[in-house]
Amino acid sequence: MASEFNSTAFYNKLKEERQLVGVKCKACSYLSPEPRPMCPECHGFDMEWHQFSGKAKLNTFTCISVVPVLMAKKGYGRDKPYCSGIVTLEEGPRISARINGVDGNNPQDIKTGMDVILDFEDLDLEFPSLAFRPA
Amino acid sequence: MATINKKRQLGRQVSIVGAGLSQFGAFPEKDSRDLFVEAFQDMVESMDQGFDIEDIECAYVGNYSSDLFENQGHTAPIVADWLGITPIPITRIENACASSGSALREGVMAIASGMYDVVLVGGMEKMTNLPTEGVTDVLASAADGLYEVPAGLTFPGIFGAIAKAHMDLYETNLDHLLKVGIKNHENGALNPKAQFQQTITAMMERRKARAEERGQTVPGWQTDMDFLNDAQANPWIAWPLRLYDCAPITDGASCVLLVSDEIAHNFTDKPISIAGIGQASGKPLHDSDELTSLSAAKAASQQAYDMAGVTAADIDLAEVHDCFTIAEIVASEDLGFFAPGEGPRAVDEGRTALGGDHPINTSGGLKAKGHPVGASGVGQVIEIYHQLRGEAGARQVKKANPTVGLTHNVGGTGGTCVVNILRRAS
Repeated sequence: MASEFNSTAFYNKLKEERQLVGVKCKACSYLSPEPRPMCPECHGFDMEWHQFSGKAKLNTFTCISVVPVLMAKKGYGRDKPYCSGIVTLEEGPRISARINGVDGNNPQDIKTGMDVILDFEDLDLEFPSLAFRPA
Repeated sequence: MATINKKRQLGRQVSIVGAGLSQFGAFPEKDSRDLFVEAFQDMVESMDQGFDIEDIECAYVGNYSSDLFENQGHTAPIVADWLGITPIPITRIENACASSGSALREGVMAIASGMYDVVLVGGMEKMTNLPTEGVTDVLASAADGLYEVPAGLTFPGIFGAIAKAHMDLYETNLDHLLKVGIKNHENGALNPKAQFQQTITAMMERRKARAEERGQTVPGWQTDMDFLNDAQANPWIAWPLRLYDCAPITDGASCVLLVSDEIAHNFTDKPISIAGIGQASGKPLHDSDELTSLSAAKAASQQAYDMAGVTAADIDLAEVHDCFTIAEIVASEDLGFFAPGEGPRAVDEGRTALGGDHPINTSGGLKAKGHPVGASGVGQVIEIYHQLRGEAGARQVKKANPTVGLTHNVGGTGGTCVVNILRRAS
């Protein structure tokens, strides 16, 4: 039986519905922002879509100056580092994301623990990435 | 259903009787197969009682990505051909930067199973063909390509995020990170195979001298910390990590000869036995229980300690996976040498230096010795092999008669960890 829970659906929902949609295990209520066809906790196969609120707190971050090829094409680099990090979603799970609306050249001013919300300002339709910005 | 006996002991004991390392560095003219032959020659020429190459029955080679670095897949049989040992079975093992750690484990189990008596294991990586951005992309592909890489996270970026979390939770600061690099360069300066055989102070003085020769303004650095805190000399890579917090891009290869204990003395009077092996898997950082620890390292080390019947306090010295300076601090805590959060203070107090009570990375570590990713796991084992045999020369640990050593080899950002405990046969 083919599963509908995969990264293509995740990024399509991000682009088309502007929503962070992951999965919930029907058996044990395990939540994951990453759509998975199988529950890693109870090992069941009965998952359902779950929409996250998009509210989160910044858990940890980094400001990247030596950038991947794709980010270099967008103008990021030594003079213009970008911020990426890990956020804890309001519903509990954590996820990696771009952190927009902060100054990558001044990491000391970026505060872990701050409230962040989903951001679509900089959404690349060809190579979409999950992003948050200060709430 | 029969009860599953999870005893996790080797069916018979295995020893290392020979070890070889290529020069680590940037060698534009060499391919990974050439680097492997160089390591193999080093091993053959240093075997105490020689050996017949025809005795090798099976081989495992660790290699992360000849596919992306050299546009060459299926590299293992090429190595067998270059060594002239076809048609023996040879298998490439890929577990990112833990590839050769895992290759060694497969070799140990192949002998412990009773199938073979003599197995060659090693690793190789040819990384310098690509520009830095390309290498950054290849290494990032060891992270989760669906949910970490699209978030902009690079390899240094993920360890930068770990460092930030460590700084938030404990009293860790940027100087602690830099001090790990200073210590590893001090050790690397004593290692003739290392990519950087210079202390940070020597590198600083060389740059000052060069500026003077060229009639440029001589930088005013007085100490290695002045140099390392200069954003021009030591630029940010992924805050809070700077250039000198990162292992370099390296070409290199490593190999060891494994044999069953019963025949070890046919090769050397000083075999080093595999006392414990452990390997574990882990999740992406955002799904990990803790952001300041690698769960796979804790699990793998527990397996190895249990098999060897030792604890962290029994370890005389260790080679740990310092792909970034923060990774060495986290490793020293995950392995139980120091309590969580105490790693930075141990660095401050010199406890991990050559003369300390927990010497770490006497080889110079990945930071100074170099990090040809697929070769690094076995490269670590080779350092412990020489240290336990008392033949590490100028970088021999100061404590007398080290008998138990440990290696900690991480794949990706903790997706894999391999821990080996080696013991000098009494």
